[in-house]
Amino acid sequence: MTELQPIPDDWTYAPAPEGRDIVTLQPRYGLYVGGQWLEPSETYTTLAPRDEEPLAEIAQATEEDVDRAVTAARDAFANGWSSLPGSERAKYLFRIARILQERAREFAVLESLNGGKPIKESRDVDLPLAAAHFFYYAGWADKLEYAFPNRRPKPVGVAGQIIPWNFPLLMLAWKIAPALACGNTVVLKPAETTPLTALLFCDVLRQAELPPGVVNIITGDGRTGAALVDHAGVDKIAFTGSTDVGKLIQRRLAGTGKKLTLELGGKAANIVFDDCALDQAVEGIVNGIYFNQGHVCCAGSRLFAQESIYEPLVDKLKHRLTTLRVGDPLDKNTDVGAINSRMQLEKIEELVASGREEGAEIYQPPCRLPEKGYWFAPTVFTNVAQSYRIAQEEIFGPVLSVLTFRTPEEAVEKANNTPYGLSAGVWTEKGSRILWMAQRMRAGVVWANTFNRFDPTSPFGGYKESGFGREGGLHGLEPYLTFDE
Amino acid sequence: MAQAPALPQGFELPLEPRLPRIGSVDAVALEERAASLAKRSIKKDAKLWALELAIRTTDLTTLEGADTPGKVAALASKAIRPDPSDPTVPSVAAVCVYPNLVPSAKERVAGTGIKIAAVATGFPSGQYPTPIKIADVRSAVELGADEIDMVIDRGAFLSGRYAKVYDEVVQTKEACGDAHLKVILETGELGTYDNVRRATLLAIAGGADFVKTSTGKINPAATLPVALCMLEAVRDVYEQTGRRIGFKAAGGIRQAKQAIQHLVLVHETLGPDWLTPDLYRLGASSLLNDILMQIRKQKTGVYQGPDYFTLD
Repeated sequence: MTELQPIPDDWTYAPAPEGRDIVTLQPRYGLYVGGQWLEPSETYTTLAPRDEEPLAEIAQATEEDVDRAVTAARDAFANGWSSLPGSERAKYLFRIARILQERAREFAVLESLNGGKPIKESRDVDLPLAAAHFFYYAGWADKLEYAFPNRRPKPVGVAGQIIPWNFPLLMLAWKIAPALACGNTVVLKPAETTPLTALLFCDVLRQAELPPGVVNIITGDGRTGAALVDHAGVDKIAFTGSTDVGKLIQRRLAGTGKKLTLELGGKAANIVFDDCALDQAVEGIVNGIYFNQGHVCCAGSRLFAQESIYEPLVDKLKHRLTTLRVGDPLDKNTDVGAINSRMQLEKIEELVASGREEGAEIYQPPCRLPEKGYWFAPTVFTNVAQSYRIAQEEIFGPVLSVLTFRTPEEAVEKANNTPYGLSAGVWTEKGSRILWMAQRMRAGVVWANTFNRFDPTSPFGGYKESGFGREGGLHGLEPYLTFDE
Repeated sequence: MAQAPALPQGFELPLEPRLPRIGSVDAVALEERAASLAKRSIKKDAKLWALELAIRTTDLTTLEGADTPGKVAALASKAIRPDPSDPTVPSVAAVCVYPNLVPSAKERVAGTGIKIAAVATGFPSGQYPTPIKIADVRSAVELGADEIDMVIDRGAFLSGRYAKVYDEVVQTKEACGDAHLKVILETGELGTYDNVRRATLLAIAGGADFVKTSTGKINPAATLPVALCMLEAVRDVYEQTGRRIGFKAAGGIRQAKQAIQHLVLVHETLGPDWLTPDLYRLGASSLLNDILMQIRKQKTGVYQGPDYFTLD
């Protein structure tokens, strides 16, 4: 019998890190084009945001590289993929979905390492949803005629897809699954800061024996994205990212005849009525804005509290913030991880400073942030006026602005008073009020008594400056099809 | 004797002491939160700490028709020294028995600081006339019980006679004298989390020192969402009145892992102040040996078979 350990004095949770041995990183990654790895002419370093550890050298794809990728996609489209029966395409998608499930832990660890999100989220949200998207669209591949009866759906061609860094693998799944189900081929560019899970996904494509060129993955910064958008061989662009870049893309595509879907920013209103289940509403508010460090386009970044419950609600919210565990993304007990990049951290800091200057009252729970890496404490602003920048601009960080309202009409008016319209949340125990509100919210998704809940069967997309086109569900097929009208 | 003031139906709660609005509970979100807390990964020192706390807060329980003085004495001995081979393992908080067996238990634990809890008020159904329930409490206290675990009248509660439920808690509290009062809601019979919350606040209004989930005779018993629901009500009472009410999870907790999940729930809902036998209890019988087994594993790195832990 070994020596008895003494009982510790207090209950500090011991570190519970998820092992990273399951991930084997290559020192350098090329471009995945036509089923082959192309040597890059230029590279940059991708980091772990938790401590700025360099993880790998990543290719900066040039215009020539983009051309090669689009050509590979065109060839694959012409040489079989587009004419393959839907049931055959489905087999590949089902295979990809199953492999993703089998390798879920590996992908989850890598996602947290490269992106900074807590492992519990990549493990319990990103990976299961990514696999679910492939399963779901696999099911549609041989049923397109039934989805759009008498309209003779046909694939568009080559889809150029540009995805963001907040849900790297999940956004890849949102883009690739419907594109392939509809018979298109793909050139996908992951975000500059989070390319690793997309590059690991190439190994899944190899395992699934997807024909070469059907999916091509090229990495790089905005220049690569611009070359992809401008390439004449691309028939459709799907972009998820910032509103500024989205506007730029729309301008560049004007008159080219390329199809376009945009999923852009948001400034969602989370509206809490005084008859709600209060403790659960607090959980929903926390999940709405601190989930994935607030790096969520549909994050509930504006909290509208009915004045009659403003005080207990804010008290409970502040108390709840003190229990959030901020720290190592790979620790299984972490609730809030690292900010994705230095650039994003600076943007958050700048907007938070503006909030202080404009006169809002800031609350941050006492929490010790790691010294290395990119970190920002969960933040609540109270006394926020509708005119403040923190109530108008997308912060894309763990920062909540609290505003108040008195009547349902006022809630609707204030909630809709934004250039964005991606999502909204309504908290009330009254079913009729939920329906009344949902009819009036100018937002693509309205959640009732929940927030940030995603499902592949449900269409997702925005009003106004939050973009156009829908991803997910039957609606998500349409952007990847042309019809004989 | 305190009486619920006469108010329209549905408003029987007294105005003083001030209590939180009853409000409502969203079942989906509550269960989600409980499930997410159950995923906390408690390792190494933190696990050992939790296991040790689980023992210190245990109400070691036997509530069988077949209980005898001998059985109860054996249980009480176990309560004093749960693991004879490891003196660093603490005693449990209390031994919980039927009133008739209080003297046997009392005699064995004399001088150890371990409390004797007796179930009363027509346990487990509570379907008896109020005077008999109160007599039950008085006799248990006379027999030496330090703590009384009463049951609420679920029949009255489910038929909307909240004032009767409240009134019985008030009378029981009075009959307890210095004994601590734990009020068992039997949540498995209440049907909804809204009812659980309402019953928790009702019991606290009536003077409960502790609120307790279940008798252990009905399934489901102390599920994590039910515990969370009650803990949130306890938190509301504390935040709005400063009163610290204890919480006891009882029924269906058989594994050390479940006990740790319950402790995490308390830790992250009410904070470390509640992690003491004065404010938290785990009702358990077979749970104790699993905890002992896990402690041995944590300390030595190896599991030992069940034959190395006493059955009492």
